[in-house]
Formats: sequence, C-alpha cells, structure tokens
Amino acid sequence: MEIDPLIFRLSIFILSIFVGYYVVWSVTPSLHTPLMSVTNAISSVIIVGAIIAGLAGNSQNIFNTSSIFGFLAIALAAINIFGGFLVTQRMLAMYKKKKKDKK
Amino acid sequence: MISANLSAIFYLVSGVLFILALRGLSSPETSRQGNLFGILGMIIAVTVTFLSVGNFSSGFIFVLIFILIGGLIGAFIAYKIPMTAMPELVAGFHSLVGLAAVFVAISAFVNPEAFNLGVPGKIKLGSLIEMSIGAAVGAITFSGSVIAFLKLQGIMSGSPITFKGQHPLNAIILISIVVLIYLLCSTQSSNLFWLLLTVSFLIGFLLIIPIGGADMPVVISMLNSYSGWAAAGIGFTLENTALIITGALVGSSGAILSYIMCKGMNRSFFNVILGGFGATEDASSTKSKEQRPVKSGNADDAAFLMKNASSVIIVPGYGMAVAQAQHALREMVDTLKKNDIKVSYAIHPVAGRMPGHMNVLLAEANVPYDEVFELEEINNDFSNADVAFVIGANDVTNPVAKTDPQSPIYGMPVLDVEKCKSVLFVKRSLSPGYAGIDNDLFYKENTLMLFADAKKMTEEITKNL
Repeated sequence: MEIDPLIFRLSIFILSIFVGYYVVWSVTPSLHTPLMSVTNAISSVIIVGAIIAGLAGNSQNIFNTSSIFGFLAIALAAINIFGGFLVTQRMLAMYKKKKKDKK
Repeated sequence: MISANLSAIFYLVSGVLFILALRGLSSPETSRQGNLFGILGMIIAVTVTFLSVGNFSSGFIFVLIFILIGGLIGAFIAYKIPMTAMPELVAGFHSLVGLAAVFVAISAFVNPEAFNLGVPGKIKLGSLIEMSIGAAVGAITFSGSVIAFLKLQGIMSGSPITFKGQHPLNAIILISIVVLIYLLCSTQSSNLFWLLLTVSFLIGFLLIIPIGGADMPVVISMLNSYSGWAAAGIGFTLENTALIITGALVGSSGAILSYIMCKGMNRSFFNVILGGFGATEDASSTKSKEQRPVKSGNADDAAFLMKNASSVIIVPGYGMAVAQAQHALREMVDTLKKNDIKVSYAIHPVAGRMPGHMNVLLAEANVPYDEVFELEEINNDFSNADVAFVIGANDVTNPVAKTDPQSPIYGMPVLDVEKCKSVLFVKRSLSPGYAGIDNDLFYKENTLMLFADAKKMTEEITKNL
C-alpha cells in the first residue's frame, strides 16, 4: 500500500518542530527581540500562497474574489517581509562588542 | 514553468536557509549573516513560486505592484520605528501574518482549482481541514495581536479587562470552533466557513483582553507561536515544504519564548493566559500599606555615592524605555568609566514588554553587549558591588519574592539588588509596580530613592559627577 504524501509532510513538520526547539534554545537571550522580528519575517513566506492566488485570475477577469484576497495577502505579507528583515538588520547592526582601544 | 519536483526541492532549500537564519542568532557575530540567509531563503521561495505558476499574464503585474506597495510600507516602518516601540511593532507584524493567513485561506476556499485542491463545494477533505485550522488560528492571531498592539501602544488601557463568566464563555467559543470545523468539513458550506472566521476573530479578542500590560512578553511570544502554527496550517493546505518548515520553526520558537517568560515570572502559562493578574491584588495592598520611612535624595547625593564606588550594577526596566533614558544612561556610564569605575548591566528575563527588549535598547545606546548580563550570570555579583542603580524596574528587584510566601510574586526569580552596599532607585513615586505590591526595597536602610523622571535624573547625575 502506498503511503499518503500527507504523512511525509507531517514528518517534515514534526522534525522541524524539533529542529526549531533545539535551534531556538541556543539563541542567546540578548537576541530574543531580533529572534521575534526575524521569525515574523520568515513566517511571511506565506506570501507564496498569496502569489499563487494572485496569479490564478485569467486575463479577462483578474479581480475575482480569490485573487483580490490574494493581492491583499501579498501586500500584508510584503510589509512583514521587508519590515521584518530590515528592522532585524537594523537591530543586529547595533550589537557591538566592547572597543579594545578605550579612553 | 518548472516541474513540481524541482520547485519542491527549492522550497526545501529555503526552509533550510530559514533554519540557518535562526541558528545565526546564537551569537551577535553570526546573527547578521543569519539574517542574510533568511533574506536569501525568502527570495528563493518567492522566485520559485513565480516560476512554478508560470503565468506571466496581466495578474503578474498586479502581484508585483502589491509586493512593491507592501515592501515600501514595510521598509518605511522598519527605518522609522524607534527601538522603544519594538514590542508594538512586533505585535503589529504578528497581526499581519495572521490576517495574511486568513486571506490565503479564503482565496483557497473560494478558488480551490488554483491550488489543485478540487472544485468549490468539493474540496479535498484533508485540505479543507488544514485550511480551516490555518484560517482559524490565523484569525485568532490577528485579533489577539491587534489587542496586544493597542494595549502596548497605550490606545487601550493596559489593565486587565475581566467580566463574570469570561472563562466559561471562552471555553464555549473554543469548543464551538472545533464543532464548526467538523461541520464545515462534512457540509463544505461557505456560510460555515465565514462563521468560523468570525468566531475565531472574536475569541482572539476575548483571549487577550483579560491579560495585563506587564504580561505582554508572554502574550507576544504566544502570538508569535500562533502565527507560526497558522502558517504551518496553510503550508499543509498548499503542500508547501518551505511553509511547513517555517511554521514549525516559528511555532516552536514562540512557544519556547513564552515558556522562558513564564519561568521568569514563576507563573504557569495558564495563570498568565487566564489573565486578571494585578487587578485583584491591588485592593488588598493599598489597605495594608502603612506609612514607612523612606530616604530620598537628589542627583548630587547619587553622584557622590557613585563617584566613591568601585563597581556599579545598572538594573534597567520598562520605565527606562518609557522615559527613553537609555542614551542618557549610557552617557552617565561613560563618565563613571572615565573615573575607573566598573559598570555592568543586569537584565531580568521579563524586564520590558517583550523578550530581549532591554538588550535592544542598550544596544541602540551603544552599550557593548558584553557588558550586559542575564540574571543567572550576574546575581552573585550584587554582594560585591558598591552601588546598584535601578532605573525603571520594580517588581523584578522585590526581595519579597524570596521571603514572603503570601506574596503574589513569591518564588519569582529576582535580582538580588538589596545585597549591594547601597541601592539607588530612580522612580517617579512610591506607587507599587505591576503586581500591585509594595517593594520592600524602598524602605531598606541602604536604599536612596531618587524621585524623578528617569531621563532627567540620569542627565543631572552625569552633570554632578
């Protein structure tokens, strides 16, 4: 009997939870705020679903219900992607070590 | 147009890059590179999606336009936002992820052919279950984050809103969500789908209103986690590996942060989520409060104490963020260092309104991160330090947490500030902190209260040094 592809996706999901668990515990507490903003940015990869919906409309009818929601979701996710990565970049740039040549 | 197998491999690659992005955050040196991995992963995922759909007709232009609009808004916010407003920003971003998940689910429900999920009214059962779970969690994330945002922004009062029958009501709504998903899957009725969304929006709202302002670190982390699970739900619907991996990563990340925050307050997750903390204790504490003598001083006294110290530990809290005092504080510390005084910073896990909030603010003020320590790293040093400078923190320094089993914060890990030779406490008034209890530290022999705005006081001390 063939295995349902869902099972494979479920395996990926469960294993990723474990990967996430170990990776996140190793994040230093001082970077917890950038962690939140970057997880925010990457969870906006949901934009792929929005793009599929946005591209689905045919040329006679670009704005059907499905693609309109797709377009809106694209805009929301794009705010998050750009905003999330850039603000993370901005924060991380501020973390500096002690300068050796003090005085 | 590229084959489904090839695009699946690329999605896997971007999922791996996202893992590396989080891995980079294990130290500040590798973190910047990690962020680049994240950006690369996103570019791959988006490009592959375009190529796999392969429809570059008129819809394509609009997709680009909307990416551009969103991108400009996002970039603008990212550059303009002050670091003190980071908790609001993150809450706001969570709400967008939630809403985007809802919108994608709606698109897929209305036009399942585009996603290869069947035809309207006959959507594959598995996909429908995944879609409705993703939509429900997304809706909860959205409305919950909006409330969190409003509370953090101060538009809505930070005090808990409770009413009779709140918990039974929430329980009934949560059960009805499960029932609705079941009914939706058996009937495929679009009315039930809309009803499910409405009810989920409602519960997100109801779940967050009873939670008070200082519990926001837990709430934000929890909503972070929800946004991940919502993304994962949609990922299953779209059969997209990148989305499933990311959802799982973000989901577990948020869950771990919530756990760390709860531990920092010695409270169970359910205690925080059920809310109402700080509202009930208020009444009793005002009754029992007797007038006790406190020593108060001015900037001159504080400067004198610190000038004669050989080591100073700074304890920042949310009040520092509110007063925007981080730059003034750094200047004061610079002056101290010129006088060969050793200065370090002690950060409590729940200081501020989100995990790591204080660290970002200090980093913004150019404080080197190797002078900033977590509670466990520095707590033993207080007994050797001459001066503890508490700026904008309160409950996290309260020795009552160690001594009085009756106290609502009993058992919470606190910074052993009272072990210092002297304690300088910058605060506007003697009012109790968030937990609604008096801080014993105010009345200690070696405590000098500095009643003033945190920023003004720090500036004045610097002048007097």
